[in-house]
Amino acid sequence: MTTQSKSITLHLGVLALLAVLFFVLPAYHVGAFSRIMVLAIYAIGFNLLFGYTGLLSLGHAMFFAAGMYGFGLSVNLGGLPVIPAFAIAVATAGLLAVGAGYLALRTIGVAFMIVTLMFAQTVYLVILYFGEYTRGDEGFIVQQAQRSIAGIDLTSETARYATAFILFALCFLVMARLVQSPFGKRLVAIRENEERARMLGYDVGRLKLQALVVSGTVSGVAGAAYALLFGYVGASFAAVHYSIFPLLWVLLGGAGTTIGPLIGVMFMFYLIDFSSGLTNAYMLVAGVALVLITLFAPHGLAGVLRKKVFKWLP
Amino acid sequence: MDFGPHLMLASIEGAVISAILVLTAVGLSIVFGVMRVVNVAHGEFFMLGAVLAWAVTVTIGGHPALGFVAALAIVPVLVGCIAAGVDRLILKRINYDVDRTIVATIGVLYIVQQSTLMLYGPEARPVEAPFNTRLALPWVELGENGFQMIWPWGLSVTSYKLFVIFAAIAVLGVLWLVLTRTKVGLIMRATQQDRDMAQAFGVPVAQVYSWVFGLGAGLAALGAVLVVPIQQAHYLMGGDPLLLAFIVVIIGGLGSLPGTVIAAVLIGMSDGIISVFFSPTLAKIIATLLVALVLVFRPQGLMGRIAV
Amino acid sequence: MTDLTKLTRRKTLLGLGAGAGALAAGGVMPGSLGFAQAQSSAPIKIGFQKHATGIGAAYGRWYDTTTQAAVARINDMGGINGRPVEIVTEDDATDPGRGAEVLEKFANQHKVDVAFGTLFSHVVIGSAPRAGELKLPYFVVSEGHHVASGMLNRYTLQPGITDVKSQVVSMAPFIADNLGKKVTMIYPDFAFGHDHRDFFSEAIAAQGGEVVAKIAIPPTETTFTRYFPSIPRETEVIYHVMVGPAVLTFVKELGEFFGPSRPELFGFIDSLEAVDIKSPGLEFLEGAFFWEGMPRHQQADASDASNAYRAAVGVNERGAAIDDPSNVSTYAHMFGCWETLHVIKAGMEAADYQGPADRAKLIEAVEAMTDMPESIEHPQGDKVFNGKTHQAFGKQYISKVSDGTLNVVHTASIEDGMYEDEVNYTTQSL
Repeated sequence: MTTQSKSITLHLGVLALLAVLFFVLPAYHVGAFSRIMVLAIYAIGFNLLFGYTGLLSLGHAMFFAAGMYGFGLSVNLGGLPVIPAFAIAVATAGLLAVGAGYLALRTIGVAFMIVTLMFAQTVYLVILYFGEYTRGDEGFIVQQAQRSIAGIDLTSETARYATAFILFALCFLVMARLVQSPFGKRLVAIRENEERARMLGYDVGRLKLQALVVSGTVSGVAGAAYALLFGYVGASFAAVHYSIFPLLWVLLGGAGTTIGPLIGVMFMFYLIDFSSGLTNAYMLVAGVALVLITLFAPHGLAGVLRKKVFKWLP
Repeated sequence: MDFGPHLMLASIEGAVISAILVLTAVGLSIVFGVMRVVNVAHGEFFMLGAVLAWAVTVTIGGHPALGFVAALAIVPVLVGCIAAGVDRLILKRINYDVDRTIVATIGVLYIVQQSTLMLYGPEARPVEAPFNTRLALPWVELGENGFQMIWPWGLSVTSYKLFVIFAAIAVLGVLWLVLTRTKVGLIMRATQQDRDMAQAFGVPVAQVYSWVFGLGAGLAALGAVLVVPIQQAHYLMGGDPLLLAFIVVIIGGLGSLPGTVIAAVLIGMSDGIISVFFSPTLAKIIATLLVALVLVFRPQGLMGRIAV
Repeated sequence: MTDLTKLTRRKTLLGLGAGAGALAAGGVMPGSLGFAQAQSSAPIKIGFQKHATGIGAAYGRWYDTTTQAAVARINDMGGINGRPVEIVTEDDATDPGRGAEVLEKFANQHKVDVAFGTLFSHVVIGSAPRAGELKLPYFVVSEGHHVASGMLNRYTLQPGITDVKSQVVSMAPFIADNLGKKVTMIYPDFAFGHDHRDFFSEAIAAQGGEVVAKIAIPPTETTFTRYFPSIPRETEVIYHVMVGPAVLTFVKELGEFFGPSRPELFGFIDSLEAVDIKSPGLEFLEGAFFWEGMPRHQQADASDASNAYRAAVGVNERGAAIDDPSNVSTYAHMFGCWETLHVIKAGMEAADYQGPADRAKLIEAVEAMTDMPESIEHPQGDKVFNGKTHQAFGKQYISKVSDGTLNVVHTASIEDGMYEDEVNYTTQSL
């Protein structure tokens, strides 16, 4: 089997598994997986910039929030139906990514981290500042009645899972294609050695901006999906925790792999779910898990798989 | 209040903020400069300083000054030891790799925060200041009889806040002396400039790293002990100091202690002064954007020699 | 000298035991009923969405204590419809996303009958859509105006505590008549603060007063002195409602700023929940006024029901834990848990609730409730429940600090806090 066909099998296999899980899992886990898939989209977006291009942004929550508020405000204030609102949300995130990227990419390394963090903080504060429309930190609700497409109520368990699945599959497959394409390989080249990539004649600045815009847009898709499927838009999703989470998910799952983000989100979700049943101190368990993983499995779960077993893992 | 006195009050309050920020940021700057790692748990060491200060003052009891002095002596050392432990157990093993250090210190952040929640609780608890008298401040105005001193309503400061400002300056002075005039300081600066060369000269780099990590945390804890009589000790109080300290270190410029100090003063003061002119949330928006833009257009910060 | 440990389980049980004893002595407990007459003795499960971590954790702790005390009493009296009540607790980390996940756990994994107990508004708003979709009755104890504003759904109810609009509106007459007509408002610059700003501005204007300055403080502020110069000289009353871990600093710095001469102070006790009024630095609060949801310090004319409740939750005459006087309670809010649980009981009994299939009947039964007179089930005071807006209305207390003690000087009536209906949830389908 060639690498390419192995890769196609892997990705379709993951999707098939997710589809089957819907019929097999009990109700609670079906709901959990809807959420996991939406957050995995966010992680996939982050992974493109961090895992493949090697740029650590601490401000991705602004893109997630842009998608979320773009959708929520379009529906609530603009009275738009789901699909146009969704399109506006994604466009908002994309535009924000272009603007923020243009400025932030003038810096590298730790300064890039701080600048992206500052931009995200600014977005958070702006959301609070325009509290008259956004209801600030309290947030607002997108009512059940408005969350339907062509009469199909998207809030039923089935429709929610299906929508999350479709969006996830789209992003998952598109991203897999992207990272295995020449564009993706150039990003990896930048990650490995930026100077050499520049010397080889690649327009490094332009490539980084493109990566950031795709990354931000996909994160916006996740934000819009979250508002659509769970009905709540709030400033807490623009706060710094939501910029740290994708980093954790991607690192745990395996940065620079296509299945890593999904694995990372699943792992963290169930780790917290499981340990919150045991103790109030479940974040302590999460902290310990993080330290252990970083000590003994630094490439994340999928990364370990790639090193030891499946060397062709994209 | 009239504009002049308002500005003066904002400046004094800004100076207090700067004082604490300087200590926290210098701690981070030293760690960052020497070890080149991002310690996301730095804010939690700050919080530990405040919480342990509360514990010490409550255990000792009696006059607040007793507990306070004891806290000043014990707590930074204690927190420094904990930090050195973290360095030995974790950071050394991952060889100070940048990405892994970030993840590991995020893990440490959760561990420290949650442990504090479990042992200390979710409340914000006050620590009494060793002394705290209100001092009304004069303002000079040009009246019919030339310059006169008046005492505007509300223009005041407390003696403790003034103490904090001077204490921070004193600590900085001591630190400066240690760094520039002692062998210990020399070793640290050598390791910062060129780690391999220092090692070639027989400097025990691994040990230096532990000491430096401990020192950084200890300075943050010291800042927290000074600030806790003004604020309270709360298990979530580490987040803001972490953010601000990072901004200060980057803006000041990596590898430059004077840069860090200047940036801390600028950022601490501006936080207070901008809010005189604009609504507070708008002021914060402006301040945040300014920080980002400074970094965008001058990546090496104010006085750094190398871009990060 | 204070103890480093917080309320341990052993102490809680001791406190509850003392409380049960007090109830028995007060003749409030009926003869033992036992569960033998139940049709099914499977427990009724109530999912308690607790702020165990995050910024709400201090409240979460006392909400838990009160919840356990209320359930102990209900079970001692024979449970609900003869079945014992079991509380299933999950931590929502005071986060809206996690709050929604917790409701899913309650409905689909723990299979609870109802969910209850949330305080912070953003968590309520983040969780409510899921409650509606899962058709899980969600009894919140939040004080937020979100329920009555129509933003939520027919499955969310707030029958045990009054909302902030009602509280603010009922304060205006007293302030205008007794403290002053020129008010400076200091509030946190987020939704909770904005609600105070908007509701109070309207209410004080109706009393012939005006708000001369509105000072909004950013949410994570830790030091406040630099905002105080914006307070205009002609201010007669400062109305403050700061919340969060830094409130003690706020109150201290307010005192340090004004020194010996200050305008009248009117605040919401939210600023000082879980904090002792006699703490160092708070001396200048002498003579200040506070809104209290329920008077923290035991009043001489307190009803038997109020005193019995106080004992049942293990709190002494100064509102602190009986076995640890430095552990001050969140007395102005936690009664909401006690009353809400008793409303759930009354609703389930009225609807003859047997299981999740009867959830809709339960909602309708609660919507039908109107008058809730002061009693051991409603120790905070008389209440009136508005079935259309799903919100309870009750008395509000205004206390003055004298010698480190809060003494009630005015009780606002239920009518003082009424306002026009903004929604009718009963027209929505279940």
